[in-house]
Order: sequence, then structure tokens, then C-alpha cells
Amino acid sequence: MSTRLRIFEAMQQIAEEQKVALPPLQDDLQLHETGFDSLAFAILVARLEDDLGIDPFTVADNVAFPSTIGELVRSYENVPV
Amino acid sequence: MRMFRSEISALREYLDPEIRGRGLSDARQSVSLTGILGVTCLGGRLHELAGRSVLLAVEDQLISAIAMTEMDGVAWRMLLCPPDLNSAHLQSLIEDADIDVVVTDRPARWTDAGAYLVVVAHLPVPALARAKTRRPTEWLMLTSGTSGPPKIVRHMLDGLAGAIIAEGPARHPNATWATFYDIRRYGGLQIFLRAVIGGGSMVLSDPAESVSDYIARLRARGVTHISGTPSHWRKVLMSGAAANFSPRYVRLSGEIADQAVLDGVARSFPRASISHAYASTEAGVGFAVDDGREGFPSGLIGPNRDGVEMKVVDGSLRIRSPRAARAYVGAGTPAIADADGFVDTGDMVELRRGRYHFVGRRGGIINIGGLKAHPEEVESAINRHGCVRMSRARSRRSPITGAVVVADVVLADGTAAGRHETIRAEILGLCKDSLASYKVPAVIRFVERLDVTAAGKLARAEA
Repeated sequence: MSTRLRIFEAMQQIAEEQKVALPPLQDDLQLHETGFDSLAFAILVARLEDDLGIDPFTVADNVAFPSTIGELVRSYENVPV
Repeated sequence: MRMFRSEISALREYLDPEIRGRGLSDARQSVSLTGILGVTCLGGRLHELAGRSVLLAVEDQLISAIAMTEMDGVAWRMLLCPPDLNSAHLQSLIEDADIDVVVTDRPARWTDAGAYLVVVAHLPVPALARAKTRRPTEWLMLTSGTSGPPKIVRHMLDGLAGAIIAEGPARHPNATWATFYDIRRYGGLQIFLRAVIGGGSMVLSDPAESVSDYIARLRARGVTHISGTPSHWRKVLMSGAAANFSPRYVRLSGEIADQAVLDGVARSFPRASISHAYASTEAGVGFAVDDGREGFPSGLIGPNRDGVEMKVVDGSLRIRSPRAARAYVGAGTPAIADADGFVDTGDMVELRRGRYHFVGRRGGIINIGGLKAHPEEVESAINRHGCVRMSRARSRRSPITGAVVVADVVLADGTAAGRHETIRAEILGLCKDSLASYKVPAVIRFVERLDVTAAGKLARAEA
């Protein structure tokens, strides 16, 4: 499964658990429009770290936090595993 | 009643030779408690310990037990070393407690003969003379903190035995006691004192023995009363060894007893009365609860009939008690109690519908973006799932909220791997039902086992 699909699947799972109505996931969707709060994003990052073996936001000090779904996916795709 | 005279100041006064049939045993041997005043483990050298500060560094619990009964009322103080004591801390403990005698069954390890007298402890032999009580001896015990050097806590026998004497000898007649603890730790020493002072017998644990072998030995020895931490009891429930063991009294202490472990113990031991006690090395025995429910009734807050007074300040339980330790021993140690005599236990409680519930340790709080969770309250929710044997919640750093709660879970034997996802969802559901959303574990990992410390408590890496 691609990184993108795994991220989307994890987001859908969390949305279901957190009772969040997730809009269709596409690259230009702003993260603040997903309905996720910071806790939901924290859960997402923790689960993806277990699933993908990386946490792109902790590996370097100067990581810019993404603002769209596309940037979020690229954060994971661009980290050397 | 003669055995409970208030002027009694040493253990030997409770060992009435007229009460027959009392024994003390471990995995290898058994001695009569009835005749224990007539034996010595100290090779007739007890008189050399009079008025001195003794390090009791004996690996063998049975020899330790007899040596304690010999030395109490003779030595100035005795520092009880649990067998897992990190030897790197020994030198500072010796200095802090002004140790000038070492009683040991491993004399080759104690070579600094200029600094202290070495007395070799061995299996009991008939003593030439009966020892006499000369003075109240200080009992020095070590705190069971998980990191850093242990602190030395000073007790006197009347405080250590306060809860036992308050209950009176009729509470547990003809009991044969056992414990998963080592008797050099507060929880284990309580059980040893219960056996000695309450007129019973005692079966000692053995660190090399499996849970199943230990339970088999307890059955063979006719153990009726037994204590351990909730972690010990979860191990017993997991082992399946409880099946043919039928104690009359089961006691849980040393950790938070959540409803799941209380219910599990009650199901496994339908004939036992089950009690969960609150005690700490510093505060002594606070109280015991017998109603089978987690937490304790709010009516226990305030002065109690037995002289123990409790209050809750800033969420933590404070205890003023004649059973509390007198002081920490050593240079530069803080006071144990505040100016009003209350010990801050550091155990955090929450009042819900007339009952206080323990939620965790003050130092163990997980901070999730400024909101606080105790690992223990999360574990308590997880443990309600019927397939969960034990769990550990812990903090994992998060780039978004600073930390999130994650949980490691041990499932019951025979839980099919194919059910993991279903169980994970059910556990999350249980957590959501009873916990604020930030306390619900972000990640649940299934693990084969979780470590338990030598003191019988769930090992917490960050503690």
C-alpha cells in the first residue's frame, strides 16, 4: 500500500473513532478543514510512526509543519527511511 | 490480653511458646515458630550486636526472619536489605545509617573488617541462652522507588505493627500467611509481623520459583491468608495456577487495585474475603477496604478510630498516623511529614460519587498539550476488557501535543491473533466511555509480557 493510502486510511480510522466528518481527502484540502484537532493529528502522527517507521516532524529541527493534505503526504514521502 | 500489652517493645514478646503448631517455612526448609526463641541464626553472637547499628544483608529470607526476631530489642537499629538492592548504593547506606555491624550469609562479600564487625548468619541452631529485650530497636527500611538511590526510612515496631494490633488477634485466627513480597520490604514485613504478632504461621516466597510452583507450595502448606500487589495477582490469574488454591483471605496492596483485578481475584477465589489496603513505606498502613470495590469510601477522610487521619490537599492523599515512619535517616534528608504531621503520599485521588479513586502518582503524570493524564487511570479502563491480563500506559513524545498516551497490553493466553483488531477497537471503546478523549491511548500495542519490579510493581520506565 502506498504511503498516501496508508495515511488516508489512518485518517479515516481516526475520524471514525473521534466522530469527525472527514471531507473527501485531496491534496489541496487544508488541514484545518479536515475537522481534526491537534489531538487527532497527534494520534495520526503516533500511529503513522508505528506503521511507517518514521515521524517526519521530529527527525529534524527545522521541519515546516504542513498546511495541506498534499504537504502532509509529502512530509512522509520525502523522509528517507 | 497478655500478648497485646502496650509496654511490649520487641518481637520476641509475641512469640508465646505456649501456642503450639506455628511454623515458618520457605521452599527448602521449615522451622517451628513455637520454638523460635530457643534458636539462633547468629552463632551465639547476639550479645555483640547490643546497642549497635546492624545492616541485615542476608539473602535467605528465612534466616533473615529469625535474625530479625533475635535482634529486635537488642540492637540499636537494623537496616533491612532487600535481596535486589543495588550494591552501588551500599556504601552510602552504611554511612547514612552509621552501620557498625554487618549480619550476612555471604561473608566473603564483606571484607572491610576495619569499618564494621561481620557476623555470619546461618540456619538456626539451638541457642545457649535466651535473649532479653533491652531497648526498642529502630527498624530501618528502604523505599522502593524505581530510580536513584533508595531512601532509608526509620520505623519503630509499635508503628509497624499498629494496624495489626488495632485489628486484634481475633481478626485472623489460626492463619497461615504468605506473601508474594520479600519480607524485607514494607508490604512483606507487614505479613511477617501479622504471622508473628497475630499468632499464625508463615510461608515465605522464593524469587527463583515460578508462580505455579509457589502456589502449589502454598496449597501444600495450607496457606489461608495471602497478600501481593495487583501485578502479582494479575500474574497469578494469568498463570491458571489459582484453580486449586482456596485461601480464606486475599489482600492486595502496593499498587492501585482497579475493579478488574478485584473482580478477577473475586472470581478466582470465591470463598475468600478480599481486601485492598493502602500502605506506603513512609506513611505506614493507612487503611484496608473490604467491600470489593476500587477506591475507598469518602468517609475515611478525616480522623479515624484507629488514630489515622487522612485529608486530600491539591489532589494528593495526606496521612497523619502513629504508623508512619519517624524520619528519613541520613545527612540532609527532608522531613517525612509536614509541620502538622501529615505525610504527603504523592498518590493522587479523585472524588466520584462519594468514593475516592486513586488515579496515579504525582510524578507519573503525562502532559498532553497541557492536559494531564495518569497512566494508572488509563490502565484501569483498559483492564476492564475481559481479554486483557495487564496493561501499561505511558507517555510518548509528540511533535504536536508534546506527548500522547500509548498503551502496551498483555492479552489472556489463547487469545487468537485474528481477534486483535476487534479487541483493539473494543478497548478504545471502553476507554472512550470512561476517559476524556486526550486520555484515550493514541496507539495500543499488544505485547507478550510486561515487566514487574522486584517490589512487585509494574515497571514504569519513566517513573
